[in-house]
Amino acid sequence: MIKYILKRFWQSGILAVIMSLIVFFGMYVVGDPVEMLSDEDWTEQDKIELAIELGLDKPVHEQYLSFAGDIVKGDFGISFVYNRPVLDLIVERLPATLEVALLAMIIGLCIGIPLGIYSGIKGNSRGTRIISFFTTIGYSTPNFWQAILLILVFAVFFQWLPASGRGDTNLLFGIEWSLLSVDGLKHMALPAINLAIYKICMQSRLARSGTQEILYQEYMTFARAKGISRNRIIRRHLLRNILIPIVTITGLEIGGLIAFSTVTETVFAWPGIGKLLLDSIHMVDRPVVVAYLILITLMFVFINFIVDVLYAFLDPRIRHQK
Amino acid sequence: MKILIYLINSLFNKVKPIFSGHYIAIAGLIGFSFFLLIALLAPWIAPQNPYDLMVLDIMDGLLPPLSKLGNGTTAWLGTDALGRDILSAVMYGLRLSLFVAFVAVAIGTTIGVILGLLAAVKGGWVETIIMRAVDLKVSFPGILLALMMLAIFGTGVDKIIYALIIGVWASKARLTRSQALSEMQKEYIDAARISGIPNWRIMVRFLLPNSIAPVLVMVPMALSGAIGAEATLSFLGVGVPITEPSLGLLIANGNDYILSGKWWISIIPGLVLVSLVLCINVVADRIREYNNPYLKSKDQ
Repeated sequence: MIKYILKRFWQSGILAVIMSLIVFFGMYVVGDPVEMLSDEDWTEQDKIELAIELGLDKPVHEQYLSFAGDIVKGDFGISFVYNRPVLDLIVERLPATLEVALLAMIIGLCIGIPLGIYSGIKGNSRGTRIISFFTTIGYSTPNFWQAILLILVFAVFFQWLPASGRGDTNLLFGIEWSLLSVDGLKHMALPAINLAIYKICMQSRLARSGTQEILYQEYMTFARAKGISRNRIIRRHLLRNILIPIVTITGLEIGGLIAFSTVTETVFAWPGIGKLLLDSIHMVDRPVVVAYLILITLMFVFINFIVDVLYAFLDPRIRHQK
Repeated sequence: MKILIYLINSLFNKVKPIFSGHYIAIAGLIGFSFFLLIALLAPWIAPQNPYDLMVLDIMDGLLPPLSKLGNGTTAWLGTDALGRDILSAVMYGLRLSLFVAFVAVAIGTTIGVILGLLAAVKGGWVETIIMRAVDLKVSFPGILLALMMLAIFGTGVDKIIYALIIGVWASKARLTRSQALSEMQKEYIDAARISGIPNWRIMVRFLLPNSIAPVLVMVPMALSGAIGAEATLSFLGVGVPITEPSLGLLIANGNDYILSGKWWISIIPGLVLVSLVLCINVVADRIREYNNPYLKSKDQ
């Protein structure tokens, strides 16, 4: 087990280095920072001086090493627009993104998995067809358009829920949370539902195909033959086995949720890191874009690592693989 | 002419068993053909050229559906803030969205198939590099990679096609490789090898036609995915330029007016987008189901 974890850890390290290389080359070598930072009336001499100041006169590998060194030290530079350290900006907005993603994930799992198991067990019943009708529509509707519809229905027509912003926040462990106040939860409802719809469809499809596959295994027939109650079969034999693909996908989807939150946060003007990324792309705030990409990449590498390890815990066949 | 009729006939005979009796899938196919036809014919059937700023009249702005325009024609689906006829804008937007998605999926699939075949045939370090690159790609969500690409290279129709290609190729490469590997176990490949046929010829003449089918099954799904991704990126303002609005950008333009109750500007392009993706998805689901022997045996 330890050998397996170490091997995965080593692979994750390589992945992180490759992605940082891609971001570095993309942002610093393909684009020209001097052209972007300089004004039109600058002389050639000014530009050369700026290049030296930014360290662009050094060989590429030295530039990369100093770039990577700064990242390890947690120094992502200063935002052009906000004139503050980039890391502070991102860390400050991270809780807003995480709380919505988490809420959406919980809603998705709690609704999606039961729906999927139901339609897997019931086969071709009316209930299954209704579920699959709605999941196909949910699956086919782009996230941002669902968001617009939610605003139109709940904020414009019925005026039940606010369409934008974060609402009241409460301080806990030194971080502002919307989860803890009624107003905050009201503001959070639409963004969370928006992110959750896709999750529900995804999870129910996964749970359904998992259930269908397992239902006809011999150990299921055996369990039924032993006279084990229906509920116990579902809990002990079915749920456990469909959990493996669901854990993987859920793990990977945490990252996906955060990536997709760029869309949701933009529509609902939710002040998280996704909105920060898009605003920064529009305002050409390069240090923020670079920092976001690097951090989210590292996060992904980390999530993949955790998912692999969890997977091995759940499935002994993988743990003992040579 | 006879050959053409023969080809159409044999295609029809191949497609018929997939769809016969599955009315939802047939409806999807008809809907998709309808949208495709509108996209192809847009310059001839659209009431107005939405790219031509000369024909727009700002006085016609923000009119609800079925209003009369200043020049006496009727805007069946209303107008946007610039006085652009929504019906025409949607037709042209559909054209652009479909074009971008088709090109990206065609190029991405081709690249994926070629890389997958190369990995299978060459083995060794070529295979390692290609498959590691595939692993790298699939461990990140497509939208993130696309945003990364567009942040680096800027926006535009060509840039968004590149960004979408990045999202398409990897799964096709993986599938082609596994298909080609199982195909290479068969004796006719050994026979071809022994008779001295060069590697590239084995790839093109034997492996390609025998391992392409499962990849083609994935193409409709990739197409609807690409349409959705393009719409999302354009909606976020990092996709197509404002001068050539795709469906996603039209929705984004309308989004500013949603809170004031002017729903048609963004809801109509949205409905078209959703119907298009839905049509492709039900067709894709049916094709996948038909080609999945496990599911098929349970149907009966």
